[in-house]
Amino acid sequence: MTSTHAPIIQMQGIEKHFGSVIALAGVSVDIYPGECHCLLGDNGAGKSTFIKTMSGVHKPTKGEILFERRPMHFADPRDAISAGIATVYQDLAMIPLMSVSRNFFMGNEPIRRLGPLKLFDHDYANRVTMEEMRKMGINLRGPDQAVGTLSGGERQTVAIARAVHFGAKVLILDEPTSALGVRQTANVLATIDKVRKQGIAVVFITHNVRHALAVGDRFTVLNRGQTLGTAQRGQITPDELQDMMAGGQELVALEDSLGGTV
Amino acid sequence: MTEANVAATADERVKQQSSLQKALIRPELGGICGTIIVFALFLIFAGDSGMFSAQGVMNWSTVSAQFMIIAVGACLLMIAGEFDLSVGSMIGFSGMMIAIFTVTLEWPVWQAILATFVMALAIGALNGYIVVRTGLPSFIVTLAFLFILRGFTIYLPQIIERKTIIGGVDRAAEGDWFAALFGGKILTGFFAWMGDAGIIDVFERGSRAGQPVVEGIPMLIVWAIALVIVGHIILTRTQFGNWIFAAGGDAQAARYVGVPVNRVKILMFMFTAFCATVFAACQVMEFGSAGADRGLLKEFEAIIAVVIGGALLTGGYGSVIGAALGALIFGVVQQGLFFAGVESSLFRVFLGVILLFAVILNTYIRRIITGER
Repeated sequence: MTSTHAPIIQMQGIEKHFGSVIALAGVSVDIYPGECHCLLGDNGAGKSTFIKTMSGVHKPTKGEILFERRPMHFADPRDAISAGIATVYQDLAMIPLMSVSRNFFMGNEPIRRLGPLKLFDHDYANRVTMEEMRKMGINLRGPDQAVGTLSGGERQTVAIARAVHFGAKVLILDEPTSALGVRQTANVLATIDKVRKQGIAVVFITHNVRHALAVGDRFTVLNRGQTLGTAQRGQITPDELQDMMAGGQELVALEDSLGGTV
Repeated sequence: MTEANVAATADERVKQQSSLQKALIRPELGGICGTIIVFALFLIFAGDSGMFSAQGVMNWSTVSAQFMIIAVGACLLMIAGEFDLSVGSMIGFSGMMIAIFTVTLEWPVWQAILATFVMALAIGALNGYIVVRTGLPSFIVTLAFLFILRGFTIYLPQIIERKTIIGGVDRAAEGDWFAALFGGKILTGFFAWMGDAGIIDVFERGSRAGQPVVEGIPMLIVWAIALVIVGHIILTRTQFGNWIFAAGGDAQAARYVGVPVNRVKILMFMFTAFCATVFAACQVMEFGSAGADRGLLKEFEAIIAVVIGGALLTGGYGSVIGAALGALIFGVVQQGLFFAGVESSLFRVFLGVILLFAVILNTYIRRIITGER
């Protein structure tokens, strides 16, 4: 559906070595605007290393990152953020002791000038936070409510809303649903859908095939630092995805003994 | 993804807080309560002892201001998620360097003080750099500097002047406007007028007969108030303040959204060293000398004042106003026990007890804020 556009990010032959360990052995993925690109893989498959390369945390050992067709060399996450690549990490999205509005504007504080002083514009921050939260369906007691009082799903939603508000073109979500309950997961998946419809590219990392199939447009499976190809929605069944993630053979044997419950 | 999780999402924090509870949930709560209790107690038990005369007020205000100066630095650093145990040694070291520069090297006092500030800031930056680079707990790194700086503070005057106290700074400082920034007094005309008008007492005998018992507001108090106001505004009203909270709340999460956490932490170590040097400069200008044992245990007193003021030891939460109230409680109790005629060693007992209560109260407040069970 989206392959008619130009890709917003092209990761070409990305390799990443940590000492003698090869975490990524040449991974190529194209991400298009307005698509939800699911990145699947078992633990240790290299998903985290891959997205950290995309978000500027790691520098690739080999390979090239093209952002809007231009080669990019991110020195640190700040570079990636200012280019429009935002990442929401599973449990590191928010700071529980700080208020929602302080969290929302963390790193992007609105400034109000008072003579020579540059002050944090709390009125603006509070107003925008309340508005954005209402759009995402979260009713706050007030903008000064601490994030610690929100549920896990709401924290992810706040983090996503924050990234979108600050003009993210690519939103990377690192296992946003893995620690959540059923309803919270549904909320987060609905949020992903809303964001995608605004034309933002979503990279959704998960090892849960059902969550991926619920919102994904395309699916890339990583296994042992390599990609096993990208599939369009409708071209692949859940079982095939599951098999690819586990590396095929081993799971067949396992599945027999478990009666197909994995 | 169990039944329990579903149930937990069903009754999501819809419970309303009463406005009273809301008003109580602020970091300064402990400090405000403590201040009220302490003042009430001393008004009852030492109200007629001269503690609340002009001289008495100036006495405990000065002591409180000393605590306040170092508490502001310790407070911002603790909110940024780190400790500095070398504050006390830094006070001794900075004071000694000012004295060595002025007395031994015969530099002008302004130059000595400026050079000392530069040195202190460099040491603070080194502290911070080691902490953020190695990832070691700041407790260990600054504990090392506690001994290193104290060692030099004792060693240097012994090899240079063959004594552990260097005096004569006051003579060198006479007429130096920069030294007056730390050792001077302001509003002396106003106090003289109040003395003449009979609002405050005047000396009746001796060489200073006719002069008011309180000459003016010492610069120490001016520094304390200025640091509290500046610290409070930076913390609550600026972008940098938000970064301080973020760095202490969760450094990794803050890094991911682009907060320069290492820079924030190093700057806070430097600010703590700055506060310690302000303290040292005021003390040296007041006494006219520097001693090798100055500032002993000050690091702990600063940390206790900050904790009484509602900051969490784990960082990410706290208040400069709270820390200032903690320092005020300190000063009032330490001097108040003297006015009330109570054995002064009981001050330490009080410290321990109030520290314990403050930490318990803080833990309770944090649970309410974050909804932990």
